[in-house]
Amino acid sequence: MSTKSVKEIVAFCEELFEDITFAKARQWKEAESGRKVIGYMPVYVPREIIHAAGMLPLGILGGGADMEVIHGDAYYQSYICRIPRSTIELAITGNLDFVDGMMFPSICDVIRNLSGIWQIMFKDKYVRYFDTPQNFEDNVGGVFYTNELREFKEDLEKLSGREVTDEQINNSIAVYNENRDWVNKVYDYRSEAPWNAPAAEVYLLMRAGMVLPVEEHTQLMKDYLAAVAAEERPMRDNCRVTLIGTFCEQPPLNLIKSLEMAGCYIVDDDSMLVTRWLLEDVPSDGDPIENLSQAFLHHSAETAAKYEVSIESKGRYMFESIRKRGADGVIFAAPSFCDPALLDQPMMETRLKAEGIPYITMQYAENSGQMQPIREQAGTFADSIKLWSAS
Amino acid sequence: MSNQEITKSPSQILQKEMITRNYDRITGGEDKVCSNFVPGNLNELVMCFDFANNLPEINAIQNAMRKKSGDMITEAERNGHSEDVCTYVKADIGMMAKGNIAPNGKPFPDPDMLLLGYSGCFTFLKWFELLREQYKCPTVMLHVPYDANGKPTKNMRDYVVKQLKEDVIPMMERVSGVKFDIDRLREYLRKSAQAEEDIVWMLEQSKRKPSPIDCYFGGIYYMGPSFTAFRGTDECIDYYKMLREEIQERIDLGLCAQSLDGDMPEEKYRLVVEGPPNWTHFREFWKMFTDMGAVVVASSYTKVGGVYDYDGFRHDPENPLESLADYTLGIYSNRNLPTRVDMLARNVIEYEADGLLTNSIKSCNSFSAGQLVMMREVEKLTGKPGAFIETDLVDPRYFSAANVKNRLESYFQMIDQKRRAGGSAPAAV
Repeated sequence: MSTKSVKEIVAFCEELFEDITFAKARQWKEAESGRKVIGYMPVYVPREIIHAAGMLPLGILGGGADMEVIHGDAYYQSYICRIPRSTIELAITGNLDFVDGMMFPSICDVIRNLSGIWQIMFKDKYVRYFDTPQNFEDNVGGVFYTNELREFKEDLEKLSGREVTDEQINNSIAVYNENRDWVNKVYDYRSEAPWNAPAAEVYLLMRAGMVLPVEEHTQLMKDYLAAVAAEERPMRDNCRVTLIGTFCEQPPLNLIKSLEMAGCYIVDDDSMLVTRWLLEDVPSDGDPIENLSQAFLHHSAETAAKYEVSIESKGRYMFESIRKRGADGVIFAAPSFCDPALLDQPMMETRLKAEGIPYITMQYAENSGQMQPIREQAGTFADSIKLWSAS
Repeated sequence: MSNQEITKSPSQILQKEMITRNYDRITGGEDKVCSNFVPGNLNELVMCFDFANNLPEINAIQNAMRKKSGDMITEAERNGHSEDVCTYVKADIGMMAKGNIAPNGKPFPDPDMLLLGYSGCFTFLKWFELLREQYKCPTVMLHVPYDANGKPTKNMRDYVVKQLKEDVIPMMERVSGVKFDIDRLREYLRKSAQAEEDIVWMLEQSKRKPSPIDCYFGGIYYMGPSFTAFRGTDECIDYYKMLREEIQERIDLGLCAQSLDGDMPEEKYRLVVEGPPNWTHFREFWKMFTDMGAVVVASSYTKVGGVYDYDGFRHDPENPLESLADYTLGIYSNRNLPTRVDMLARNVIEYEADGLLTNSIKSCNSFSAGQLVMMREVEKLTGKPGAFIETDLVDPRYFSAANVKNRLESYFQMIDQKRRAGGSAPAAV
C-alpha cells in the first residue's frame, strides 16, 4: 500500500519534467561505473533491447515550454517545428553530454535529418536512425525489421562491451509488459474517473517514464493509482475528448490544463506512444527479436507516421479510442509545421464527419504561451457538445 | 530583357514533344495510368506493364510555371489543409478540386494505381494516402529505407527487392493485366544505363571554365527526361545524345552557359546550389543569377531523381531488381546529411566554385531540415563562403524577389571581397 499522496507524486513528476539537465538519469548513470544512457525521440523504439543491454532508455521530447532557445534557432529555419531546435539546444548547452547514444525513429523528414545533424556535430556519440517497416508482412517487412533489431542489438553490444542474451531480452520484455499494463491501467482509470486523474497529472506521470528506469516508473504508477483512489475530487460537468496530434513535439503543460479547465476531460491521447505502442503483451519466451517484430507488425498503434495498408482501416485506432474511452469528440492539436499530423488530419476529419462525431483543430508549439484562445475554443467546443448531445 | 531571339535547340524541341506526348498519353484514355513520385521512381518497371506514368510533382511544377498553383493551394487550404504543409501536395489536391485538368487542357483520368515509392521524403506517404481517399484505387507501398549511414545495407536492398517481388510487381500485373517479363525490364535498364553515361558526361562539363551549361536552372531541363517518364526509352537515349552534341558544340565555340536571354556574355561567379528551385517565379529567379553573371556549376536538385556522378551507379540489366533497389535507395534526398555534405563539398572543390548557395524551400523538410548545418560544414571543408536564400516550391506567396535579390547581391559582394583578399579565385571569363 502506498503511503505517498497524489500531491507528493505529482510534485516528484513535475520536478523531473522541469529538469532539463536530466539529473535523475545522470544519477542512474553515475551509480555504477560503465553504465550507458541511450536517448530516443518519439514515436517508438524497442526500449526492451536497450534495457536488456543494461542501459537506460531516456526519452528526449524537446526542451519544453520554458527553455530559452538561443543557439537552436541558428540551426533551423523559422518554418520548421520547434522540437529539433530545442533538442539541439539541449545538446549544445551540455544537457545531453552524459547521453552515450541517440536514436531517431522514422517519424518524419525533420527527425530523420536531425540524425544527420547528430552525426555531424556529435561524432563521438552513437547515432541510430531507427527505421521501422512500412510493410507489415512477416516475410517482407518482418524480415527487414528483425534484421534491423538484431543489428541494433549488436550495436549496443559493441557499445557496452558485453553480449546481450535472449534471456536478458526476454526478461526485459516481461518488465516492459508490466510497465505497459500499468500505463494502460492509468489510462483506464483516467477514462473512468477523469476528475480524479486530471490529464495534466497523467501526462506528468507518463513523462516521468521517459526519464526513470522502467521499474521505478511502474512503481510510481502503482503508487499514483493507489493514491488517487484514496482521494475523491469533485466531478465537473465536462465533456470527454480524445486528444490527437501530440505524438511528437509536446504541447505545453498549460495547454493540457487549459483544455480541462475549459470543460474538456481528456480521456485519451496519443502523447508518448512509446509507452503503449505495442497493444498486447509481447511473449517473454522464445526468440525475443522475432516476438518484438511480430508485436510491431501486427499489434501496434496507428499514427500519422505509419502507413495504413488499407483505406478501410484508416482511422480504426482513433475510432477504437473514441469507443473504448467513451469520448464525445476529438481535439486535433498538432504542432505547427508538423507534416505527419497536419497531413493526416484532413483524412481523420472526413471520417469523423461521416460518423457525426464533433471535433475541433488547433496548432501549438512546445513553447506556446497564449492559452486564452485555446480556452475559448475548447470551452465553446465543450458547450456545443453538451448542448447538442443532450438533445 | 535582351532582344536576342531565342531559338530552341533540337534537344529542347524534342523534350517538349516528349512531355506533350506523355500528357496526351495519360489523358488519352487508351492506357492505364500509374502515378508515382519523381525521386527514386521506377519508370522502367512502370513501362513493363504498359502503364502511362503520371508524376504528381511534375503536374504541380507545370501548374506553378503557368501561374496556376497559387489558386490551387488556396483551394486546398479552404478545404482544410494547413498552411504549414507541403505545397506540392496542396497544389495537387487543389488541382483535383478545380477539375483536375492536365497541362494539355484535357482532364486527368483517375489513376488506375498509385505506386507509393517512399524514397527520400516522408510526405509522399501522406500524399498518396490523401490521393487514395479521392481515387479509391489500388495503392502499393514501396518502402525504401533511409541511407542513414551513407551506404545502403544488404538488409535494405533485400527488403526493397522483396517488396518488388511480393507486392509491387504482383499488383502491377493485376491492375495492368500484363505479365511481368524480366527480360523486358533488362532491356529498359540497358537503355537507362546508356543514357546515364551521357548524363554524367553532361554534368561534368561544367567543370570547364567557362561552364558551357548551367547545372541548376538549365540542369533541371536537362535532367527532365531521365527523371520522369522516359528513362529506359530510345528517345531518352536520343535526347541525351543530342544534348551532348549541343554541349560539345558550345564547348568548341567557347560559349558561356545558356540563359533565358541567350548565351551569358561572361561567367563572373560559379556556384554550387543546394535545394530545389522556386517554380512560380522560375524565369525571374534564373534571370537574377544570369544578370549578375552567376552560373551554377553543380546542384543537388539534379540528383534527386538519381545520383550517377558520385559513386558510379548505373542501372544494371544483369541484376534488374537489385539495380532498381540500388537506384531508389541512392537518390540524393535518401542519403544522410554527412553524405550530402560530402557531395556538395566535393562539387565546390572539383568544379572550382566560389561557394555553396542554399535555396531553402519552406515546404520541403526533406531538403530544408539541416541545411544551415550543412552549409556551415561545406564552408569548413572548402574554405568557400556559403549563402542562404528562402523560397518555396509552388506557392507564390513565399517568393520575395527583393529579398532574394538582396541576398544574392550581398553574397556576390562577399565573394568579391574574398577574392580581393585572395581567398577565392576568380572564375574564368
